[in-house]
Amino acid sequence: MTSRPVTTESAPVRWLLIGLAVTILSLFLLLPLAAVFIEGFRRGATVFFHALTEPAARSAIQLTLLAAAIAVPLNTIFGIAAAWLISKFRFKGRAFLISMIDLPFAVSPVIAGLVFVLLFGAKGWFGPWLMEHDIRIIFALPGIVLATVFVTFPFVARELIPLMESQGTDQEEAAVTLGAGGWQLFRRVTLPNIKWGLLYGVLLCNARAMGEFGAVSVVSGHIRGKTNTLPLHIEVLYNEYQFSAAFAAATLLALLALVTLGLKTLIEHLLGHTSNTRH
Amino acid sequence: MGKPRVIPGFGLSMGITIFWLSSIIIIPLAALFIKAAGLGLEEWWNILSSPRVLAAARLTFGASAAAALVSMVLGLLVAWVLVRYEFPGRRVLDAMVDLPFALPTAVAGITLTTIYAPTGWLGRYLAEIGIQGAYSPFGVFIALTFIGFPFVVRTVQPVMEDLGTELEEAAAVLGASRWTTFRRIIFPALTPALITGFTLAFARAIGEYGSVIFISGNLPMKTEILPLLIVSQLEQFRYEAAAVIAAGMLIVSFILLFLINLLQRRLAR
Repeated sequence: MTSRPVTTESAPVRWLLIGLAVTILSLFLLLPLAAVFIEGFRRGATVFFHALTEPAARSAIQLTLLAAAIAVPLNTIFGIAAAWLISKFRFKGRAFLISMIDLPFAVSPVIAGLVFVLLFGAKGWFGPWLMEHDIRIIFALPGIVLATVFVTFPFVARELIPLMESQGTDQEEAAVTLGAGGWQLFRRVTLPNIKWGLLYGVLLCNARAMGEFGAVSVVSGHIRGKTNTLPLHIEVLYNEYQFSAAFAAATLLALLALVTLGLKTLIEHLLGHTSNTRH
Repeated sequence: MGKPRVIPGFGLSMGITIFWLSSIIIIPLAALFIKAAGLGLEEWWNILSSPRVLAAARLTFGASAAAALVSMVLGLLVAWVLVRYEFPGRRVLDAMVDLPFALPTAVAGITLTTIYAPTGWLGRYLAEIGIQGAYSPFGVFIALTFIGFPFVVRTVQPVMEDLGTELEEAAAVLGASRWTTFRRIIFPALTPALITGFTLAFARAIGEYGSVIFISGNLPMKTEILPLLIVSQLEQFRYEAAAVIAAGMLIVSFILLFLINLLQRRLAR
């Protein structure tokens, strides 16, 4: 008779599998993360801080923050509306609508940028009209925002739909019976129930918005100090062989990723459905 | 099953959803297909059958499929260890699995290149045994696996947690070895989730741009992926060609995703 339960492996197998998984995760995840910071500081703190404070970097940081500050709230409003619609009502075409919301996940970021170039670019459908009225969309902020909105489109809705479905409509129905108005109902009944899930969705949406590369790269035009976001700025530096400066800028985005992961773990903890429920 | 409309906001939420979905996703994508359809079939054929596009398509779909398959194996192993075993550092590693989701692709791209370049942290050891890491199709595969394997872990993990151990206990009582139990009881229960994970990793890999273009080296006919080809057409102001390649790419990936979905439904029955 062995002392171990029948539903686990022998100790050597267990430790072999743990060893393998830890090695894979360390080489694949921890090593790249460490590399960003080590390469960023390779040429010392002076070079590092100079890389973050020079005008082109500052303008890239500002543009990244600005684009996210526009795109994330827009997709948050959409995400709440879409989740409300899909989780509280049953109607024809509902399943189709859900798959449409997921569509951007299956579209290359490059194509997400391309579609707006085809619409608003100099040779695009609205290009001549925009030119006549001196409105710039492509190679300017509006294009960057549009491309960012496209790629971050599903994030908030995706988080909220399953959460709101699982909560059903009983509480809302009761509130309506007691005379609550629409806005009151949302703010007092629904919002408290979904706030952590909403924050989680906004967080993921924001991380992707600030880090988006492909879609923004297509519409930005790479005008230094003007239409370069932080990820594009990193690309420019890297292609100019300014590796330390590129990695210094990259540490900012790596920090953003770490903060996002930290908050995500915290929220999961608060939501109570951690991925660590053990049997 | 029509629900009584006690809850307000149907019209408003429907309005916002349809408006936003149409203006951001549906109309722009439709514009792409209309633009591409403006060229005749012959032009389509000329563009899509050019050796450079075919080579890029082979690399994009091939490396994506290979990366998604390897992600399935790695993802299964990692999910298993995270769910079933207790060891120091487990929680931190569990949280870190999402790093590729959160780390911007450009950062992943330059970092993986630095690590796997022939003179890089790991690349030099690969070079010693004759494998070129970065600037090769293998480099593309590495980047796509990095991007893809968290999808598998995160789809398999919850299913594994809900699995329970009753069936495994029964199998052990009936004399099955641990390996047989895994193969006959556990693995079949995880298959649908594994395929979902594969599909997500595959779909993401096909469109992936940022993490690939640094590590691939972008040699035409050798290490050029389809999204990069679209960008280079755009840079030469060849909008039609860019639209045709994009439309072709979307059509092929939708067909592939549809077929995988079909396979999964058949397996689930």
